[in-house]
Amino acid sequence: MSRFLAPILILVVLVGFFFIGLHKNPNIVPSPLIGKPAPQYELPLLLKPGETLGTEKLLGQVYLLNVWGTWCFACRAEHGVLMEIARQNIVPIYGFNSRDDPQKARQWLADLGDPYVASMVDTDGLVGIDWGVYGAPETFLIDQTGIVIHKLIAPMTMRIWHEDFLPLIQQLKAARP
Amino acid sequence: MKKMIAVLLLMPLALFAVDNNDALEDPELQERYETITRELRCLVCQNTPISDSNAPLAEDLRNQVREMLLAGSSNREIYSYMTDRYGDFVLYKPPFVKRTLLLWLAPGILLLLGGTVLVRTVRQRAAMPIDDDDENEEEIE
Repeated sequence: MSRFLAPILILVVLVGFFFIGLHKNPNIVPSPLIGKPAPQYELPLLLKPGETLGTEKLLGQVYLLNVWGTWCFACRAEHGVLMEIARQNIVPIYGFNSRDDPQKARQWLADLGDPYVASMVDTDGLVGIDWGVYGAPETFLIDQTGIVIHKLIAPMTMRIWHEDFLPLIQQLKAARP
Repeated sequence: MKKMIAVLLLMPLALFAVDNNDALEDPELQERYETITRELRCLVCQNTPISDSNAPLAEDLRNQVREMLLAGSSNREIYSYMTDRYGDFVLYKPPFVKRTLLLWLAPGILLLLGGTVLVRTVRQRAAMPIDDDDENEEEIE
């Protein structure tokens, strides 16, 4: 009987590993930016091309940075959720319009509504590389001191908003009103 | 006709030429460029290196590698530029750190374990009398 013990034990361990592995999503790559200062950048605004925004200018507030583009299917799906979050008026959402045609992007906001306080335009995707953006939609949560607190690589849903983002935001606001 | 068939047969090969950039002038830099872009994973289509991917992000990252090479960056600097932004996952060859210890050492540990079992089993068998009353063995003979 004891001669079967070792193989069975090894099997159980392996099955354990595979079982955990099965439930992980390989498309989600953890961001090395979490807990670190947001990259420095300044980009022109979509609706006011003469003005710019960037990490420096956004200091002092908790905010969401949402990466979107008109070429991104899932962005359309999450747009209603962003509208709802904007209506709740808890944190400002800033848009990060990635690799897009500004004309189409403006039309998109005119058609679907604009949940963003402002959208920055990263036409060539270079600032996106500094943010480690590899797909859209992506949503970052940044605190008052410019530290990246959380990153979602998927369309935002009300459930994710309530379960993942809101508690973090409340914590941040309580720590530094 | 034969020529046409030859051309048609060669056509699929052209599809693999994803990188439209001209080769770098310095052959040494070009070689490093090819090595580095083969070692970096494209995050959009995860099972291809950025050298073989036509995703826009892969193109941007290839350009970034070229520019850094031309600016005189070392391979190490380029790899750390990428991992600072995208994490260790962009590297096909993960670094040897505490978190990846099991990953790197598992093959050695398993080999050692298997070897030990093998040696022990063989020795035990060798020590057994030849006239073993194992039914299976008799059947085979």
